[in-house]
Amino acid sequence: MAQSATPKWTELAVGTAIIEPGSARQNRTGDWRSQRPIWDHDKCIRCGVCVIFCPEGCIHFGQEKDTYPSADLEYCKGCAICAQECPTTCIQMMEEEE
Amino acid sequence: MEKRIGLEASIAVAEVVGLCDADVISAYPITPQTHIVEHLSEMVADGELQAAFVPVESEHSAMSVCCGTVAAGARTFTATSSQGLALMHEILFIVSALRLPVVMAVANRSLSGPISIWNDHSDVMAERDIGWVQIFAENAQEALDLTIWGFRLAEDQRVSLPVAVNFDGFILTHTIEPVLMPDRESVQAFLPAFEPLMRLDVDQPITMGPVGIPDIYTEAKKAHQEVLTQSYGPIVETLDAFAKSFGRQYLPVETYCADDAEVLLLTMGALGETAMTAVDQRREKGDKIGLVRLRLWRPFPFDDLIRAVGKVPVLGVMDRAISPGGPSPVASEVKATFYQQEQRPKVVEFTVGLGGRDTPLSDFDGMFDTLLAVHRGGEIPKPTIIGLRE
Repeated sequence: MAQSATPKWTELAVGTAIIEPGSARQNRTGDWRSQRPIWDHDKCIRCGVCVIFCPEGCIHFGQEKDTYPSADLEYCKGCAICAQECPTTCIQMMEEEE
Repeated sequence: MEKRIGLEASIAVAEVVGLCDADVISAYPITPQTHIVEHLSEMVADGELQAAFVPVESEHSAMSVCCGTVAAGARTFTATSSQGLALMHEILFIVSALRLPVVMAVANRSLSGPISIWNDHSDVMAERDIGWVQIFAENAQEALDLTIWGFRLAEDQRVSLPVAVNFDGFILTHTIEPVLMPDRESVQAFLPAFEPLMRLDVDQPITMGPVGIPDIYTEAKKAHQEVLTQSYGPIVETLDAFAKSFGRQYLPVETYCADDAEVLLLTMGALGETAMTAVDQRREKGDKIGLVRLRLWRPFPFDDLIRAVGKVPVLGVMDRAISPGGPSPVASEVKATFYQQEQRPKVVEFTVGLGGRDTPLSDFDGMFDTLLAVHRGGEIPKPTIIGLRE
């Protein structure tokens, strides 16, 4: 059974251990992002440099043929490395509140 | 069968660690603890003890090794003193927070500076908040008994916390005393096999010691606070079980001649024995003096202390360490115990025997005289360092 993210003190495992293997997969770590990357599909040549450089490994091409890359916003931290590395400067960082 | 033999307290402690069938000993030698681990390393090298002796380059590593071996389910022992205990500092908190039942002998010695290899309690007092069960022995017999008991309590699944057995450096560690050495069968009957609450196991992976984000840390601290406080019940229960098995009864707080006492003096550790002799001498002269001997330091036995002091109006407290700029540690705890009580004694603070300074019977006489003067209506003196040249 998954451990609650905000357990009562009586619900913690002994010594605050994590007793469920692989449970880090449940953590959604993108919630403190302040900017998100937006791809301009007119300029994008689908070279995949953004996919390679993403330190989170959260940029993927879609399953279907001829799709463009996009970031998984549950993990994207908005670091803008993709925008910096893009050879066609097709990635713009958009403020989250916009 | 128990055997009555003359043994140095350090060797006695090492011998019972062998009787307890420790799986791992990891330690770094430091005076005055060295004889314990030296003897254990010989026992392992000679094949008398089937254990891994892990020599390390520092006490920081020694406690880190202990952390790992207990986590893997091995009965683990270490010993240290003074600067060595200080060097373990950060790992001590982690071992207890992870609920890993290490047993450690602490041969109490003063902390530098100035450099001092001699006895007082400043090493352990600086580690008050490590979240371990902390107990004090008064003589070699108690040191070996409490080491056996330490494994039983630490590994009790209701507790699962590390235990520090304190005994005074040199005064006990290097003194040969007659002790009753239990036999292997009775120790093993008293001490069940170590069944950890959780262990590192590749087939059932868990994470010990993950980050405690702000959403978790407070709850983790409360859980630790609670398990250490609640360990009081199992402590008393296992001390009683020890008494049933070995015939020697230990209590969180013990008294001597306290029943009709007009004044009490509170001691911790080996000086309690000198204090008893001093009380005997004054009792012969008709002075109604008694002792409170604080054995359990953490969890602090508030109720036992209140009961032990009862209605006695004057309580002297002997500290073997100072807290520069603040009250000495034992006196501070004792005063906190009584602050909210309707019936509370006048507390007189003494600092005694720092850095190996001898505490002869005449020093006790001086403290008793002070307490009796307060009992006769004299003012409570300011905290006093006994034997200070002024």
